Amino acid sequence: MSSEIEHLESIANKEYKYGFVSDIEADQLPPGLNEDTIRAISALKKEPEFMLEWRLKAYKSWLKMQEPKWPKVHYPEIDFQKIVYYSAPKKRPQLESLDEVDPELLRTYEKLGIPLEEQKMLAGVAVDAVFDSVSVATTFKEKLSELGIIFCSMSEAVQNHPELVKKYLGSVVPATDNFYASLNSAVYSDGSFVYVPKGVRCPMELSTYFRINAQNTGQFERTLIVADEGSYVSYLEGCTAPMRDENQLHAAVVELVALKDAQIKYSTVQNWYPGDENGKGGIYNFVTKRGICQENAKISWTQVETGSAITWKYPSVILKGDNSIGEFYSVAMTNKFQQADTGTKMIHIGKNTRSNIVSKGISAGRSNNSYRGLVKVMKSAENARNFSQCDSLLIGDKCGAHTFPYIEVNNTTGKVEHEATTSKIGEDQIFYCNQRGLDTEQAVSLIVNGYCKEVFRELPMEFAIEAQNLLSISLEGSVG
Amino acid sequence: MLEISNLKAAIDGKEILKGINLKVNPGEVHAIMGPNGSGKSTLANVLAGREEYEVLAGNIMYNGENLLELDPEERAHKGIFLAFQYPVEIPGVSNVYFLRTAFNEIRKANGLEEIDAANFLKLIRSKMELVEMDKTLMNRSVNEGFSGGEKKRNEIFQMAVLEPKLSILDETDSGLDIDALRIVANGVNALRNSNNATVVVTHYQRLLQYIVPDFVHVLYNGQIVKSGGKELALELEEKGYDWLK
Repeated sequence: MSSEIEHLESIANKEYKYGFVSDIEADQLPPGLNEDTIRAISALKKEPEFMLEWRLKAYKSWLKMQEPKWPKVHYPEIDFQKIVYYSAPKKRPQLESLDEVDPELLRTYEKLGIPLEEQKMLAGVAVDAVFDSVSVATTFKEKLSELGIIFCSMSEAVQNHPELVKKYLGSVVPATDNFYASLNSAVYSDGSFVYVPKGVRCPMELSTYFRINAQNTGQFERTLIVADEGSYVSYLEGCTAPMRDENQLHAAVVELVALKDAQIKYSTVQNWYPGDENGKGGIYNFVTKRGICQENAKISWTQVETGSAITWKYPSVILKGDNSIGEFYSVAMTNKFQQADTGTKMIHIGKNTRSNIVSKGISAGRSNNSYRGLVKVMKSAENARNFSQCDSLLIGDKCGAHTFPYIEVNNTTGKVEHEATTSKIGEDQIFYCNQRGLDTEQAVSLIVNGYCKEVFRELPMEFAIEAQNLLSISLEGSVG
Repeated sequence: MLEISNLKAAIDGKEILKGINLKVNPGEVHAIMGPNGSGKSTLANVLAGREEYEVLAGNIMYNGENLLELDPEERAHKGIFLAFQYPVEIPGVSNVYFLRTAFNEIRKANGLEEIDAANFLKLIRSKMELVEMDKTLMNRSVNEGFSGGEKKRNEIFQMAVLEPKLSILDETDSGLDIDALRIVANGVNALRNSNNATVVVTHYQRLLQYIVPDFVHVLYNGQIVKSGGKELALELEEKGYDWLK
């Protein structure tokens, strides 16, 4: 028995595969945060006045806020004055093609197995690569612009489409929303912006690969996706980060706006450095993701979370319009000393709104994995429906899985169902696989991937394969 | 092919096998019979290398190698197959994917090239007919929601695809109706040849009407108390096990 656990653990303890640091020189502000920092960021980015005002307003409300203590995660106090709030790669050419991209950067992507040129050719994916805080490569723009689709960095959007930014930025996650969202609003450096016009179906998956690179640099990503009436867009977000010793704060905000009859599918594969086998280092990932659905609109969040030392993230949907649909599919894998407190919020406001939640937690090593979800049916939400399924899988006997479902129903016609299971990988399952010729590591990977299938099938094909690989890598060393 | 000498084994500290001696040659079918609790399943599991079973003494030689030094997957790579008494469910993993993974692992271990999905599907078609496997079971999760008979048939189907050298059938007949029993037995018989061997572990003589053994051994209280030809099975059916005590 115990030797099997040891075996499980040893598989979980392999080196972080994507742990390397590329040495592009970075331009950065000195550490620390005050009004001047914010003015400097805004000036560096040559932002219009409204943007600076918005940042300052966020900063002022942030000053009055407390860091949230309710998530089931533990970490040393963060000194916000020691964080560098802006860094940009030194070479920042105006790019017409990939030939102009810093070769060092291209090599970094190649190490990650995501060469831009191949992705352009093979996957039909337009890539907006965010390296540290500034976008350095944008592709497929022309093809998209023929359809009137805007896909660019937030910085460019602020310059070129200020009316859209003004209208929608902060419309779902206000600058005063919560501690980390306000911090992000004050100092966000860059991110992605998408606008899909009325009735347009975006013909390709939009994708951003970004990674944290400069040492001690908090990354404050800001993403805004607006799907106008009757449009459709699928967006992929994937990230890996280089190995390093110091904790890195990442506080991103993602806002989705699905207008009448629109559909947004947002998929994430998150594989940031989780810390070493002693729990040292790793990314702190405190993210606010929220979408709003108008009438008949639909938003699907799919996430595969394998990285970060601490994850604190609740992609949510406000079902404002009648007949709108919110979905949340999640695989959260924790290993070693990782801590995850993740889930979703489904806020039913409109009539006949529906939400579906499938959460698969996997805990290995000494990690702690919590599902925290809120389903709220407002008085106005006649005939709202929710189904939640929260499963937890334990590998070894030193990890923890926790489920915190919150349900508030204020309309008697609402129907809310919640199912939860907790299981361990059975020795009989592993032996069955062993007897058929699979070693224990393969067996665990196979069983875990099977367990996650309901979520993986929601991912676009090429992403699903990547997600499976990531899960297998993350499991390495969890099985001893 | 297989030579077991003075094998003693325990589970949870309790000695179950108390000195087993057995020799199996290529081309032979051996039946191990015995009442409940005599150690039949323990023997099957020890041969497959299940970790919970502790080998206290004796040794097992398999094609000139010390079997007890090999991990379960290495034994599988070298052609040992256990048809489980209680086949295990693996939710979310399709039957065909699981089997192809197993097939390729065994090929890789033997220095052969892996086979792709399309060719694998061709390869398994005839094997499916052999045990009358329903096509729809291929894309369902491994054993999940299968009936008892479907699970057992799936075991024999896997055996047919993996083509082991030594097959151990652990109570494969339990829970099967007469039609399923016939199908399973036909499958096993069709796979018999002069290079492979089968050890059939069973409580009842019924299965042996269909899979005719060359040798029958009676296991009682952890030891083989009597060995004989196929007629021994009939004798047991008639007289029960009490006369051997």
